[in-house]
Amino acid sequence: MKKWLNPRSAFGISLIAIALIALPFVAAMGGQAWVRIVNFAILYVFLALGLNIVVGFAGLLDLGYIAFYAVGAYAYALLASPHFGLHLPFWVILPIGALLACVFGVLLGSPTLKLRGDYLAIVTLGFGEIVRIFMNNLNAPVNITNGPQGITLIDPVAFGDFKFSGTTQIFGFALSGPQKYYYLLVVLSILVIIINLRLQNSRIGRAWQAIREDEIAAKAVGINTRNVKLLAFAMGASFGGVAGGVFAAMQGFVSPESFSLIESVMILAMVVLGGMGHIPGVILGAVLLSVLPEVLRYGVGPLQMAVFGKMLVDPESLRMLVFGLALVLVMRFKPAGLWPSPERKRELTGEA
Amino acid sequence: MLEVTGLHVAYGGIQAVRSITFHVKQGETVALIGANGAGKTSTLKAISRVIDAVGGDVHFCGEKITRLLPHDIIRKGIALVPEGRGVFPRLTVAENLAMGAYVRDDKADIALDMERMYAYFPRLKERAGQLAGTLSGGEQQMLAIGRALMSRPKMLLLDEPSMGLAPIMVQKIFEVVRAVAAEGMTILLIEQNAKLALESSQRGYVMESGQITLNGESAKLLDDPKVRAAYLGE
Repeated sequence: MKKWLNPRSAFGISLIAIALIALPFVAAMGGQAWVRIVNFAILYVFLALGLNIVVGFAGLLDLGYIAFYAVGAYAYALLASPHFGLHLPFWVILPIGALLACVFGVLLGSPTLKLRGDYLAIVTLGFGEIVRIFMNNLNAPVNITNGPQGITLIDPVAFGDFKFSGTTQIFGFALSGPQKYYYLLVVLSILVIIINLRLQNSRIGRAWQAIREDEIAAKAVGINTRNVKLLAFAMGASFGGVAGGVFAAMQGFVSPESFSLIESVMILAMVVLGGMGHIPGVILGAVLLSVLPEVLRYGVGPLQMAVFGKMLVDPESLRMLVFGLALVLVMRFKPAGLWPSPERKRELTGEA
Repeated sequence: MLEVTGLHVAYGGIQAVRSITFHVKQGETVALIGANGAGKTSTLKAISRVIDAVGGDVHFCGEKITRLLPHDIIRKGIALVPEGRGVFPRLTVAENLAMGAYVRDDKADIALDMERMYAYFPRLKERAGQLAGTLSGGEQQMLAIGRALMSRPKMLLLDEPSMGLAPIMVQKIFEVVRAVAAEGMTILLIEQNAKLALESSQRGYVMESGQITLNGESAKLLDDPKVRAAYLGE
């Protein structure tokens, strides 16, 4: 705690705080679409930090992480929409979503305890797809998820009469819906970051580290590897569940296609590209990988017009091409990630 | 202190350990020697519960530990130094040692024991901040022994401490083993290097194809013509 009190870091923290407060107004200058892009970036930070617990801390390769996000999103959608006529407040649903995702985490974790690496990846991948396919098909004989049409008209987050959708006037400022969600997301992700930091330096954090390094040795020093691994799955999953709930509220609509395999892969890419197991790196990875495709979406077209005077390549396909190339280049030149933890960097570069 | 009776270990249809019985008394160093594939490591793994025994019993300090979970073994006071050392490569030397005290929560005592380990192994002190994966094989073995001692065990199980080490390092490691034993630690030592193992122990058991074929005082085993012929290259 002492570190926080010195003037330099206090100054740094205030700068970051001011930047975080001002960001949605700056983004709004480019239109509300940019505020939404920023919101999604934060949502991905949230998800990437959750996955980082499983992959980065405990070293368990999970390719089905999006399933927990889906569980959280559907929990919110079903409990706060006209679909079942339920309209529970969000602070009731978010813990339910987290708990449900946590149960699913244990459900995935327990049969895979003895698997590692590639084998674990395949099972988790299958799990992610199973959840998505269930969402897609649970509309008959009893309509639970409304199938591929998804669930619409989901209630926004609200504190009493204060709704997060639509524009409100506060202290003379007009705050749009996405801007309000932005602040909610920032608060939630600061919480997640704090939890992550605390976990990393805790006894559990050290147990995860030991398991990642050598499971037999971990058992030999007295770590209950089964419980500790399940805990990693459960904690990572509950973060995914909360993120899913916020996503459902923010969008007002969920459908199975938001939870495809590519989303799991993207989140994993954020963790790996940023710097596995290193919290600042993971945040950076999540922000970059969620914002970059959007920047390319808006930037590639005009750039072509300026350089060639006409559209040579469809921006939509060029966008993913550039994105993929960026991933390859980063992994080629920064194999430990853009901002790795000092240990991992040392390990990969072989410097003692 | 440790009593193994009728221990039987099998992998599928392959019998690795066929009903062996032996014991280790308090304060004693006992060597379990034998060739590759004789079943030494399987015996140790079954005692430390990393694998399940098919039959037989293990008692420690009068308590049956045959069905405990592996992470509880260390809480009973048995610390395993795994084969191939098993240090945590991406943790520093100091972090590895601290991990050895995972089952303890007396911070001040742990710090004292860290200093004790550094006194045992000055080499580790020099490299306290270095990643364990970058240490030489011998240093890693020292670290693995140090980590095991950090749990303040009543008994140490050593699995092939000489494996893959340069002869000079092997000598050093065995000096350490003897020093630890001299302080009163009970040790079960598993070794292919029969000469060193018998020289560092009071009693020895010879294992062959999953069975104990010879046992007795180490000094006598060293003179036994069969042992000399089979394990000491004479």
